[in-house]
Amino acid sequence: MKASMKSTITNLSPGVTIHGKWHQKVYRIVKRLGHGAIGVVYLAQCEGKYVALKISEQAASITTEVNVLKAFGKVQGANLGPSLLDVDDWAPSVNKQYSFYVMEYLHGVDLNTFLKSKGYEWLFILIIQLLDDLDHLHRAGWVFGDLKPENLIVTKKPIRLRWIDVGGTTIKGRAVKEYTEFYDRGYWGFGSRKADPKYDLFAVAMVIVQAYYPNRFDKGANPQKTLKSKISLHKELRKYAFCLHKAMEGSYASSKEMKQDLSKIILARQKQAEQTSTKKGLQHIQSKQTTSTNSHSTKWMESLGLVMVSAIVFMFFLLLSSF
Amino acid sequence: MKKGTIKQILLITDGCSNQGEDPAAVSALAKQQGISVNVIGVLDDDQSEQPEGLEEVEDISQAGGGVSRIVYARSLSQTVQLVTRQAMTQTLQGVVNKELQEILGAETSMEDLPPEKRGEVMEVVEDLSETSNLEILILVDTSASMNNKLETVKESLEDLSLSLNARSGKNKFSIYTFPGKKKPVTEVMPWTPNLLNISSVFPKLTSGGITPTGPALREALHHFNTRPRLEGWEPTNESLYEEYNY
Repeated sequence: MKASMKSTITNLSPGVTIHGKWHQKVYRIVKRLGHGAIGVVYLAQCEGKYVALKISEQAASITTEVNVLKAFGKVQGANLGPSLLDVDDWAPSVNKQYSFYVMEYLHGVDLNTFLKSKGYEWLFILIIQLLDDLDHLHRAGWVFGDLKPENLIVTKKPIRLRWIDVGGTTIKGRAVKEYTEFYDRGYWGFGSRKADPKYDLFAVAMVIVQAYYPNRFDKGANPQKTLKSKISLHKELRKYAFCLHKAMEGSYASSKEMKQDLSKIILARQKQAEQTSTKKGLQHIQSKQTTSTNSHSTKWMESLGLVMVSAIVFMFFLLLSSF
Repeated sequence: MKKGTIKQILLITDGCSNQGEDPAAVSALAKQQGISVNVIGVLDDDQSEQPEGLEEVEDISQAGGGVSRIVYARSLSQTVQLVTRQAMTQTLQGVVNKELQEILGAETSMEDLPPEKRGEVMEVVEDLSETSNLEILILVDTSASMNNKLETVKESLEDLSLSLNARSGKNKFSIYTFPGKKKPVTEVMPWTPNLLNISSVFPKLTSGGITPTGPALREALHHFNTRPRLEGWEPTNESLYEEYNY
């Protein structure tokens, strides 16, 4: 079963066409985008538009994911996950049939790539967006489950964090369907694998941790201690330790509570950053009066920095005032 | 639909059986008795992906109506969990397909329904997978070559217990190792609702080159039949999935 899948749907060449058996739509494969536990996702073209197509041998798993995407479509006032466009089967030969579903193609880069190119100051802005989406999801009775950077992409216009794989999404109160060890509360010994909002908040904390430890780390003999020491050892993470610990221990009852705490830390840090850079600026001018070295360019850089910091602070006010 | 009990054997091995009857034949027998057989072949981290002797893994699981995977020791935890859940879904889908056939006619299965109508069927399967009782007998190959993997096996079983106990259905686990000293298998853990803290009972290994997988499987079947009934374990529902399984 596994071997036959390898030879066919895991490696569809560009240009291959997939004919829907029930709805007669035709999809032309453009390229492979990635693969999950149950199937492969391709970028495809249909009637001149780009779409994402997930195909698998397991009709059951495809149906389960379709159920989740359909449920998302019914949640009012939020844009949870990509929208579902089509569900069908493809029978390339008489005795072979695959199931697939088609969704809106979200063009973007994965979280870690985005942070590397645009800067880590974006991390917490994106995390706050994520916490908002999770809040909607939890209130609709779902838990995301398999939350990890590979399942999160940042779209360009507007810059927004979106989740792209709903394979782990579970009805509240049930056992989490799919998870990845590093982001799993159970693996670290911080609780069960029963789907509750706190399960997702633990994973959010781990997404933040991995941003600063991209190679991740082993849990060691005492997993909880390992995690806490990794946080305190990193100078950026340390500043958020209070919030991360609470998320890990399950002290936040809702996504909203975590968002509030995180926003406070960010705001306090922005103010601090503003003050120190102003101070530095003044010192710089004084030292320039006494020495005659040409530091024109550095001064220019510093004012640019100041402008950037105030821009970020301003964005935060905008962001916060909209809630 | 009434809740029932799913019965599974999970065989964890790293090599080819070399003594006694053909394990695939015993596995087929298990299937007839309403017990599905799942097999995980464990590779050493430096082994190539398709070593000889492990083809048997797929034969056994196929004959036993179960699921198989060949994995490196480091990804054992996630695999044990995945295989168990997949096999449950597979069994329950069989149950549901059988019901569909009774309503819609001989050759109908979920795949024959238009995609729009599959959603509800899958909801039933998922619901059953959350609420069904599960009896799982874990059979661990402890021949010499498994020696350095046993710590990982132990961890993955504790992890399996964590995953399954997040469900609302009841679980029962038991662990046997093979080869046994005089018998084909040795009981490590009798039927129990969870596998946390199994370190104390997990064996410090027997060595020896023989891997009597077939006889061990046969003996395992026997332990399903003779196990004592537990309180709160509804005997009236027990035959349901056995009856509908195939």
